[in-house]
Amino acid sequence: MSRPLVDVSAISRSYSMRSGMFGRSAAVHAVDGVSLTIRKGETLGLVGESGSGKSTTGRIVLGLEPPDQGEVRFDGKPMATPGTTAWRAQRAHMQMIFQDPLGALDRRLPVAAQIREPLDIHGLGTPLEREERVRELLRAVELTPAHGARYPGALSGGQRQRVVLARALATKPDFLVCDEPVSALDVSIQAQVVNLLADLQAQLALTLLFISHDLRVVRQISNVVAVMYLGRIVEIGCADDLFARPEHPYTQALVSASPAPGRRSAGRIVLAGDPPNPAARPQGCAFHPRCPRAIARCGSEVPALSNVGGDRQVACHLVTGPQVETRDAA
Amino acid sequence: MTPLISIRDLSVAFNGVPVLRGVDLALQKGEALGLVGESGSGKSVTWLAALGLLPRNARVSGSVRLDGREILGAPAAELDRIRGGRVAMIFQDPASALNPVLTIRRQLCESLALHRDLSGGTVKAEARRLLDLVGIPDAARRLEAYPHEFSGGQVQRIMIAMALAGNPDLLIADEPTTALDATIQAQILELLSTIRHEMGMAMVLISHDLGVVAENCDRVAVMYAGRIVEEAPANQLFADPVHPYAQGLIGALPPLDGPRRRLTAIPGTVPDPASMPDGCAFAPRCALAEAPCGRAAPTLAPIAADRAVACVRAEASRRALLGMAAE
Repeated sequence: MSRPLVDVSAISRSYSMRSGMFGRSAAVHAVDGVSLTIRKGETLGLVGESGSGKSTTGRIVLGLEPPDQGEVRFDGKPMATPGTTAWRAQRAHMQMIFQDPLGALDRRLPVAAQIREPLDIHGLGTPLEREERVRELLRAVELTPAHGARYPGALSGGQRQRVVLARALATKPDFLVCDEPVSALDVSIQAQVVNLLADLQAQLALTLLFISHDLRVVRQISNVVAVMYLGRIVEIGCADDLFARPEHPYTQALVSASPAPGRRSAGRIVLAGDPPNPAARPQGCAFHPRCPRAIARCGSEVPALSNVGGDRQVACHLVTGPQVETRDAA
Repeated sequence: MTPLISIRDLSVAFNGVPVLRGVDLALQKGEALGLVGESGSGKSVTWLAALGLLPRNARVSGSVRLDGREILGAPAAELDRIRGGRVAMIFQDPASALNPVLTIRRQLCESLALHRDLSGGTVKAEARRLLDLVGIPDAARRLEAYPHEFSGGQVQRIMIAMALAGNPDLLIADEPTTALDATIQAQILELLSTIRHEMGMAMVLISHDLGVVAENCDRVAVMYAGRIVEEAPANQLFADPVHPYAQGLIGALPPLDGPRRRLTAIPGTVPDPASMPDGCAFAPRCALAEAPCGRAAPTLAPIAADRAVACVRAEASRRALLGMAAE
């Protein structure tokens, strides 16, 4: 078992939000006590609906934002303060790709020049070596030098996302945060990019944090999957059986809501109520107002993430681990 | 039986570039038809063209009959009665379809006044009934609220209420849940299915999500590059797709349980409408393509009582799939 490359311990981040022009400002807990470890060469998938804090978690892990509490350690060392030279050196080892490749690219520069930019910024190689590296990167993402000479507007969505991926890989990072990288792509193109990402990960021994609302894509690429709800992890476990045997009522509802060809909607769990509002986090378990199985205790006491056997951890009063059961029996 | 709506050889060209190249579709009363395909395949344009909603630079030809009456090129007054009356539409981005400075009551009553002969108090009572029907709690008070006071899922419910205002026989739902979170998507789909059964309304569900279409429709048509390439009952299409593109779409979908396998991605990209390949538009990306595929575009031909495929290699394609299953 390899040691963790990324070690996130109990990070929290809140923003203050004002409702209306003269309203009182309230704290929005975007991320609340999240702990994660990602081992070298593995992928951790992070799923959740909008407002669950998955993107904020990604930004904190990358050091784009400091956590209010908690700590992120990268390769055993704490993250350097953003903006410093040490941080910049560390950042060359970690990169990020986003959902909207067109927004991440400069429309007025040929894409090859944009792939080269990180090499210039971090001063890697001679100009000649940089040219060669750009060609190599284009090949790695299955594009031709002819594509490199084009502007982003002249490429398709899938090709643009490949360019963004090539640029992210330019500095030979160890760690990549992918925030909804294939959500804007059509199914057939999505499959191309997912396969490419899996191949590159295997070739380059990349470690990934893969953020998406799409359970299928997350399962396809992840070793471990964490489910977030209103800033907290409610369930985490091995990708292969998390969606096959979800334990947390929220994960069960998410899996049940994921439409599958060849299955009619009979027996679907349809959650009542609106999507959660991070500015008005319910007391106790944040999910209890929508939970079909909630009991009185759920409204007052926040459930802690605890081991329920195997490598599964669940934060729910109704899902108890093997240790608890034996204690009850005794 | 006369179909509720029948589209024959519908073609659309924007500034001389063909985007819809001969679409045939028919829908019976109360039936749910799914339309799947990637962006640019013509799913939305088919219905915008049928209802006369395309801009002037679009050249539309073919025939669209509602209860046997031709509506393509019908006078504006007649189309105004059909749209929002007999045929209603809801879209992906409900927030932009509502006027932000008018209350929900004003906007709901507007469609009621246009399509139903109601007046004064009855309009308001009907507006409240519609909000109740689509599951907006505390409907009487919420009528006075503005669109921004509702969540995304609720705004889509309001759009459905407005679509129901004219008692439509057909609802065209164009990616109605694409912008919504998974648990809210499940709510809206359930609402649509309940309402459809209660009102005996037919529905066309346009979506890029195969799962959404499979679960909510009786019959599915797969579109590629402005044509229908396969049409089949939903359960059969997903169990036994025949067109190589339909097979590719289903193979590209990662499974949610069972063993993980490498995704079978379709190579290449959708062709540019301005430079469409000769013959079958899918041939350049198709693993089974042979010389005849490049010569003439295949027509949609029946392969069973309720199934049709536009592929000259349909037999080979079916064999390939069966061979794969046997392995």
